[in-house]
Amino acid sequence: MTAKTETMTDVAREAGTSPGIRRFQMNIPEAELVELRRRIKATRWPEKEVVADDTQGVQLATIQKLASYWGSEYDWRKVEARLKALPHFITEIDGLDIHFIHVKSKEKDALPLIVTHGWPGSIIEQLKIIEPLTNPTAHGGSAADAFDVVIPSMPGYGFSGKPTTNGWSPERIARAWATLMERLGYQRYVAQGGDWGAVIVDTMGVQAPPGLLGIHTNMAGAIPAELNAAAFAGAEPPPGLDEEEKRSFEHVSFFYKHGLGYALEMGNRPQTLYGIEDSPVGLAAWIIDHDIWTYRQIARVFDGGTEGFTRDDILDNITLYWLTKTGVSSARLYWEYHGAFFAPKGVKIPVVVSAFPEEICPIPRKWAEQAYPKLAYYKRHPAGAHFAAFEQPQALVDDSRAGFRSLR
Amino acid sequence: MTAKTETLRDAARKTGGGSDIRPFQVSFPEADLTDLRRRIKATRWPEQETVADFSQGVQLALTRKVAQYWATDYDWRKVEAKLNSYPNFLTEIDGLDIHFMHIRSKHENALPLIVTHGWPGSPIEQLKIIDPLTNPTAHGGSASDAFHVVIPSMAGYGFSGKPTTPGWDPARMARAWVELMKRLGYNRFAAQGGDWGGFVTNLMAQQAPPELIGIHVNFSGAAPPDVAKALQSGGPPPAGLSAEEQRAYDQMAFLYQHVPTQIMMAAHPQTLYGLADSPVALAAWMIDHDVASYGHIVKLFVDGEPYGDLTRDDILDNITLSWLTNTGVSSARLYVEYKGAFFNDYKISVPAAVSVFPEEVYQAPRSWTERSYRNLIHFNELPKGGHFAAWEQPQLFVNELRVGFKSLR
Repeated sequence: MTAKTETMTDVAREAGTSPGIRRFQMNIPEAELVELRRRIKATRWPEKEVVADDTQGVQLATIQKLASYWGSEYDWRKVEARLKALPHFITEIDGLDIHFIHVKSKEKDALPLIVTHGWPGSIIEQLKIIEPLTNPTAHGGSAADAFDVVIPSMPGYGFSGKPTTNGWSPERIARAWATLMERLGYQRYVAQGGDWGAVIVDTMGVQAPPGLLGIHTNMAGAIPAELNAAAFAGAEPPPGLDEEEKRSFEHVSFFYKHGLGYALEMGNRPQTLYGIEDSPVGLAAWIIDHDIWTYRQIARVFDGGTEGFTRDDILDNITLYWLTKTGVSSARLYWEYHGAFFAPKGVKIPVVVSAFPEEICPIPRKWAEQAYPKLAYYKRHPAGAHFAAFEQPQALVDDSRAGFRSLR
Repeated sequence: MTAKTETLRDAARKTGGGSDIRPFQVSFPEADLTDLRRRIKATRWPEQETVADFSQGVQLALTRKVAQYWATDYDWRKVEAKLNSYPNFLTEIDGLDIHFMHIRSKHENALPLIVTHGWPGSPIEQLKIIDPLTNPTAHGGSASDAFHVVIPSMAGYGFSGKPTTPGWDPARMARAWVELMKRLGYNRFAAQGGDWGGFVTNLMAQQAPPELIGIHVNFSGAAPPDVAKALQSGGPPPAGLSAEEQRAYDQMAFLYQHVPTQIMMAAHPQTLYGLADSPVALAAWMIDHDVASYGHIVKLFVDGEPYGDLTRDDILDNITLSWLTNTGVSSARLYVEYKGAFFNDYKISVPAAVSVFPEEVYQAPRSWTERSYRNLIHFNELPKGGHFAAWEQPQLFVNELRVGFKSLR
């Protein structure tokens, strides 16, 4: 990948930014796409799993359907055109180039919002929510619902720089985001995130930089600490839980017991994962094995079913990882973090919680109220899983609008 | 891979086996080797790790050295010839083709011995011990030290078949090995193993078939129940541990926190498509076994420092075998098949010899070993050697087998 970047005062002015912010344009040479297809077609496969279900990981039939589509019909240039239609920038923060999309609303009282993706996500996850957030009157909302949207790529992800030394933890990323918003001239803003993005917005909430009015999470760090520890240890649900709490406890227990393998590997041995850098199919399988509920959605999509995202959506995201060579650099974030994912972190500012039923842990309202003393808004949705912005964009946008209304 | 197999009653008779034992020769087409070198050279590399040590996994400088040697000077045909210099066979047991090497001693009172490798191992690990075990008089021993040696590839490993249904766990392999030994006409034999081979051997001893007269393990997995339970729950160690036991406990606790690669294989082996598609991915995954062996492999490839009897070729012979047989994923499945504990009180009554190597992932104390093996006939703590003892310290290893089994002959 080569990236055309330029420092242009005009460009900065146009986007309401300060100098030090460079316009960014992606430019993926055709040769890289040809090479990707060549590698996909030359994949050497293992045999089929020895069970008739998904208990041994990504099934051969599913990944072969994905590879067959990826190596032939799939067209990266379509999403590239969508990306190029948006204003991209790069700015150096704390020694690292940070890439971000910055779309200002035409509504003058728009609320600035920084949206953070997770692993295995990227800015591509957020493409569907940009228009409804920035241009609400065209998407079922009113002018008072408008946001100015900032969507960064995390360090080591997408078009951001890759750290060459350790230390880029979620805490440091959270501080960098506050710097970014300040640099963009935003003195009052809110933050949204899921997956690592949720850890980062929780962390921003704890750091409470001046200007941060509130956060919106779709993976709330709100499992009571003792329950989280019990689930992690594989214990039975403790007595006294209501039905909803019990279901949530069992959901996350299943993940801890059967689904944590990839995260432990990345947390301890990110550098051992040469296969996600050298093999497109190795990367794709590693990415779609995120959690069993999302995996099943993806498997249904490649079986011809309809879900909140399409085959192209899934491959756009995976192809971005491939083209930016960020399999290993993105995995390092797990190594950098030593805190809890799902336990409360002590956020004292206002919080908006979206709870999706097939999230790793669908958080009951009761837990959200305990974890976030200033819970501004809570909504439990009837459908949806881990990648809400990608898969349930309308629900997520509705929650951002409704949840932040009282903070404007 | 193509494998020349033929059903030959003569060949079977020659090795004392039944008529359903087929001779086998290792013979990979040149195209497979060319494709391997092409893939290595076309590796798309990540950047260097962001730390100056091994704490993020297999370091880029090492994998690059491995890849460079692998794609240029390394010659698979040498070990292929070595493998073919011994009699290799296939036989179907319990619905699966099992590959094994079978080397009979010229000494008629030799003790039959089945030796089982582990992960990420293969029969290549055992090549150095074959001659000293079968022909002791040429290797510092006496005729009464002789063994008839049987070295199988585990199910899903090397040249054995790959199971297509679940159930090939270490206990089933142990039963298959007994059937194999009986099929070869051995009604009185001993068994040896390390790593998964240690589990297979321990489970065989628990099954206690009448033909099994004793075992030797260089990875015992011995631990009292309260220790095993504390480890699994991540709790504090039981009270009253001696200094030696506390040290072992700490090593095991470290291991429980540092085996993500094994946990991944136990959870979702099928997700590891990179192991089938990328030689460098497979090499890194196999090299990332334990801290001590990793450290030696770095010194061997990067600094040119010796690692016992292990050479760069040895390391790559084993990895190349896994590549050529495409057994990265099928071998990983053993972790999902095994439902037992990794450290256990095995309550074994069959006579057992145990060797403790100082760089093994833990040093089983004699107290725990005596408890796990009620009839401990030999216990020795060696001055050097690690997890791949037969491969790295073949002389010490062979001596352990000679001394360990002496009382059973």
